[in-house]
Amino acid sequence: MSEANFPSMQGPVCPLPLNQHDQIVIGHGSGGLMTHELIRNLFQKYLGNPTLNASNDAAILTTSNEMPAGLRLVVSTDAHIVTPLFFPGGDIGRLAICGTVNDVAMMGAQPRYLTATFILEEGLPLTTLEAVLRSMQAACKEAGVSIIAADTKVTEKGKSDGLFISTSGFGWLPEGRQIAGDQAQPGDAVLVSGPIGNHGIAVMQARGNLGFQSEVRSDTAPLNALVWGLCQAVPSVHVLRDPTRGGLATTLAEIAMQSQVCITLEEAAIPIDQPVRKACELLGLDPLYLANEGKMIIILPEADAPTALSYLRAKRYGEGAQLIGKVSAMPAGQVWLRTPLGTTRVLEMLAGEMLPRIC
Amino acid sequence: MNASAPLDYRSAELTRKFIEQIRHITTQPWNIMEICGGQTHALLQYGIDQLLPPEITLIHGPGCPVCVTSLEAIETALQIAAQPGVIFTTFGDMLRVPGNHQDLFSARANGADVRVVVSPMDAVGLAQAEPERQVVFFAIGFETTVPSIAASILHAERNHITNFSILPANVLVPPAIHAILSSPENRVNGFLAAGHVCAVMGYWEYELIAAQYHTPLVVTGFEPVDLARGIYQTVRQLEEGRCQVENAYSRAVTREGNRTAQALINHVFEPVDRQWRGIGLIPRSGLGLRAAYRSFDALERFPVAFNTLVESPLCIAGQVLRGVATPHDCPAFSRECTPSSPLGAPMVSSEGACAAYYRYQRVKP
Repeated sequence: MSEANFPSMQGPVCPLPLNQHDQIVIGHGSGGLMTHELIRNLFQKYLGNPTLNASNDAAILTTSNEMPAGLRLVVSTDAHIVTPLFFPGGDIGRLAICGTVNDVAMMGAQPRYLTATFILEEGLPLTTLEAVLRSMQAACKEAGVSIIAADTKVTEKGKSDGLFISTSGFGWLPEGRQIAGDQAQPGDAVLVSGPIGNHGIAVMQARGNLGFQSEVRSDTAPLNALVWGLCQAVPSVHVLRDPTRGGLATTLAEIAMQSQVCITLEEAAIPIDQPVRKACELLGLDPLYLANEGKMIIILPEADAPTALSYLRAKRYGEGAQLIGKVSAMPAGQVWLRTPLGTTRVLEMLAGEMLPRIC
Repeated sequence: MNASAPLDYRSAELTRKFIEQIRHITTQPWNIMEICGGQTHALLQYGIDQLLPPEITLIHGPGCPVCVTSLEAIETALQIAAQPGVIFTTFGDMLRVPGNHQDLFSARANGADVRVVVSPMDAVGLAQAEPERQVVFFAIGFETTVPSIAASILHAERNHITNFSILPANVLVPPAIHAILSSPENRVNGFLAAGHVCAVMGYWEYELIAAQYHTPLVVTGFEPVDLARGIYQTVRQLEEGRCQVENAYSRAVTREGNRTAQALINHVFEPVDRQWRGIGLIPRSGLGLRAAYRSFDALERFPVAFNTLVESPLCIAGQVLRGVATPHDCPAFSRECTPSSPLGAPMVSSEGACAAYYRYQRVKP
């Protein structure tokens, strides 16, 4: 107990009470002692592993026996900015891990390593940073990945917004597996791994932008285990894509363009949780354009759809999987939605920011 | 079947039944205008226009509050937002409406403190939380948004919140219907009256319009069954040669409307002449603050001045808003003018006819 009264000092330095800061100050980005303290006391505590703790300028990856000949390296990078940093069902830390893990996984690859860059704003409470790091630690454990290189910079107050995290992911892709946005083919079925729109509504709610209370939680989750198992159970998967910003509609519009096919969705089959649907109706938002952080679109030959569905539904994060549409040849590059009335309309990409309507 | 169970207003079966009846009774061409942009959106979203017999033409009315807010009001908003110390609050849709040179999004990018609120009370809350700032709320919308705006002003007055004001730009539906029906280019035979507006204001005012212009009006809701029923009742009146006000949205609307809300509106606001973008000046079609509340008028606090305002020469928004042209008639539609770079306001709001066409009918299915 008494230790807390004395600032800890390492070496012959000015006895500035380094550890008394309860928030990020410019000195934490100096590269000097305060930076080292921050790294040791917080970053290594939660994200540490032998490679990261070696504290070299770069990490060396050795091909282990998990990477037989023929495996290919898959790399992805993503920056994460979210206000507020914590929202129902997630936080920026979990998002930064899952977002990049999922991007690598959507190629059919198994993510293994991540790098992370932290942009900290002067004044960020250390307890906030610690909570984010703890969440990243848990997400890394869940996804089976480790952070092998990291960097921290501090900006002056007002030059950034609390905490930005950029992560890059590295994973292995087995020989012969070819999953990409341009692989959708006429005759394929379109599946989604669960209900859509929860992340978008959860973040809006956390921002206080809903004007009412709702119980929607973000779906932020690592999908790599689900993807890996699915690709082994159903090797014929053509396309995997996580419908993050822009939502299901924008992501499918991208796939239709890339593959030069027509995707037709059955509106009634698209899974949407009731609270999400209600919030959308009140605000005039379209759930098809809301962000998801733990869902994926799966496109594969129609004949394999039942096997894929029963696999997904038996696994975590795939419980709510549904067949929502199919792929045809023409008109290439378009996404159509068939309404319950039997009428059809075209789904476009999201233009700009989605705004709540007025009345 | 439980008789007291609520009807499913999205029931495809029930919607088709009304459509079937419309087909059955239609003998000649009719033009029906849905006044409300929310209904335009819903009609296209559910594809109800695709199910109607070819004789029935839906004309989209000027009922998108974003679309009809005048260029002057937008320029005023931009100037007030740019003043130091101001927090400018607005419903989200207004951020992207093009003014002469920029929109509120770009004003925000240039350093203005522009914030989206879902209710004017949020703006009052901001004013309370930041007493050293001036919080201005952009009061737009039809009769539906006015009661809460009036309540926010009364709340501010009662609590001596003097750093809150509104930029009054609210508009009223009945004067717009008068303007459309008395125009020489009018081709509207019947109206779907907007259910939400009537929920507040009732529909007794529309009875005078129906009699004066020999035009049927049917108070209509927003779900597929509501819309199909509203169109059916309008066609039935036209085919039978009747011109009455019928209420096809009785689960939400009464003839008298919400008296409390009306009293609130009348206490704080009074009718004023107002410019409608693309349409022009409509007498007594807007709401301004009564003398007792004029200190809450942002125009009294912030001097604004601007030169002549010019609309894009390509944009035919005025004709679309008056119902004499459809977005497909516009040479700029989905070329120079898209939701990401709109030339006219109807391409901005989700309730705007051009945006609804772009989203649902850019390519004819």
